[in-house]
Amino acid sequence: MAAITKSPWIIHYDGSSCNGCDIEVLACLTPMYDVERFGIINTGNPKHADILLITGAVNAQNIPVVRQIYDQMPSPKIVVAIGVCAANGGVFKECYNIAGGVDRVIPVDVYVHGCAARPESIIDGVVKGLGVLAEKQAALASGETDPDVSGAYLFDPVSYAEKGDIENGDAEGAKDRSEAEEEAAK
Amino acid sequence: MSKRTVIPFGPQHPVLPEPIHLDLVIEDETVVEAIPSIGYIHRGLEKLVDKNEWPEMVYVIERICGICSFGHGWGYCKTIEGNLGVSVPPRAEYLRTILHELGRMHSHLLWLGCLADGFGFESLFMHSWRLRETVLDLFEETTGGRVIFSICKVGGMRKDIPNEMLKKMEETLRGIEGELHELADVFLDDDTVKSRLVGVGVLTKEEAFELGAVGPMARASGVNNDVRLDGHGVYGEIGFEPCLEETGDSYARCKVRIREVFQSIDLIAKCVSMIPDGDVAIEIKGQNPAGEFVGRIEQPRGEAYYYSKGSGQKFLDRIRVRTPTNANVPPLVKILQGCELADVPILVLTIDPCISCTER
Ligand code: SF4
Repeated sequence: MAAITKSPWIIHYDGSSCNGCDIEVLACLTPMYDVERFGIINTGNPKHADILLITGAVNAQNIPVVRQIYDQMPSPKIVVAIGVCAANGGVFKECYNIAGGVDRVIPVDVYVHGCAARPESIIDGVVKGLGVLAEKQAALASGETDPDVSGAYLFDPVSYAEKGDIENGDAEGAKDRSEAEEEAAK
Repeated sequence: MSKRTVIPFGPQHPVLPEPIHLDLVIEDETVVEAIPSIGYIHRGLEKLVDKNEWPEMVYVIERICGICSFGHGWGYCKTIEGNLGVSVPPRAEYLRTILHELGRMHSHLLWLGCLADGFGFESLFMHSWRLRETVLDLFEETTGGRVIFSICKVGGMRKDIPNEMLKKMEETLRGIEGELHELADVFLDDDTVKSRLVGVGVLTKEEAFELGAVGPMARASGVNNDVRLDGHGVYGEIGFEPCLEETGDSYARCKVRIREVFQSIDLIAKCVSMIPDGDVAIEIKGQNPAGEFVGRIEQPRGEAYYYSKGSGQKFLDRIRVRTPTNANVPPLVKILQGCELADVPILVLTIDPCISCTER
């Protein structure tokens, strides 16, 4: 099963981003950076993909779509959140219909910093993710149940807005995420 | 009459980097109706004027879209400057025009690549994006960012770009001109490419005018509505003729954009030879926007419109942006009617959709 970590297939989805990070993801595939030399192939089909590269802070309408793509991917799978707004909402943090980070919707394994994230750091993030992927694979092989289902991350944008989460509890959560992001950057 | 079927297209789709959803009503292989539904990238960032003071808002507006981010920053600055009644130094206007045209090159090369990918010509996609990297390197050298620059501010530019660097920029662009011609030849002369583009998705001049098409989409049908003609920036001084085509099919739209890439190089060269020395920003102190103002910019995709309303406070009352893709959706729906199902991705691509602009 080394195939997965030696030649991971990626799928890219734009979860309400500004496009800046998306075109940098595409730039990774093109001759200047050319991730295909590492065996990484971009696919349009979630059922073929091992790694989900997701950008953007995920708005209310996009939440079910993101979950669906995630659930369609076969295990083991990892999610790489690209850009500051995928980490904690970034510049859109205070917008009214934004979940404020991909990890409120689906589990995230690696955070890539930058606004916009540079192709070098995106590649670095994917390579870091491969380590996580190998671990998950080993865990699955030893008979552990699959932890990667989006159901555990049910996030309701309406109650989120009502509770005024942004002003109250959220600051701490945001700090956690940005710490994680710093670690990922190291 | 055969049975009608509805095929959902998107939001997650291999040819489009961004989510848009279309319901395609088809009969056999022919599309009879296309119903777009959008909203996957709506962030509501016009509302952020309540949270950000107007000088900071430019960084938010730049992030409407990562492809034409410089143009958005400029459009916002333009409406605020108009609102305040100030004018920026000439050198700043020249620098803005240069960076805007560079942005157009980057956007069009990106689009050419996506189009090639759309009809399955992978190596052409790779070559377009390889040349685009040269443009991005120039951006990085002069502004520090590859796609988001934050170099435009209300009142001018955040920093100057030295003349030597501008000269070098021109030389670099002239250096890739030969390769761009090779690329253009494949797009315009190759039989396989032509068979996918010529005569597909025709939008007549009348339709383009009536449906309010903007940008290359309108110019490919012969409608001359380039906002650069009103002389914003320094387009009036350096002289400018829009690229027009007559046929209105996908091929014409491709041709307009290719011609504009070369035109941008010429415009940049003209700016570099004419740029005056001097300050690049004026200081704005103790003044807040009061009243309304509209600024218009010709973005790579067409006319973008920026409205601002202030009441003399640090926070604006309202910002409204209308972006070119928004205007180009009705013509898209029109050209999709009666097309072959296999042509749908190409036709969607030929309006150069930017969904994050449209929905903000
Ligand atoms: S992190 Fe910045 S550049 Fe990337 S998608 Fe978000 S706003 Fe755009």
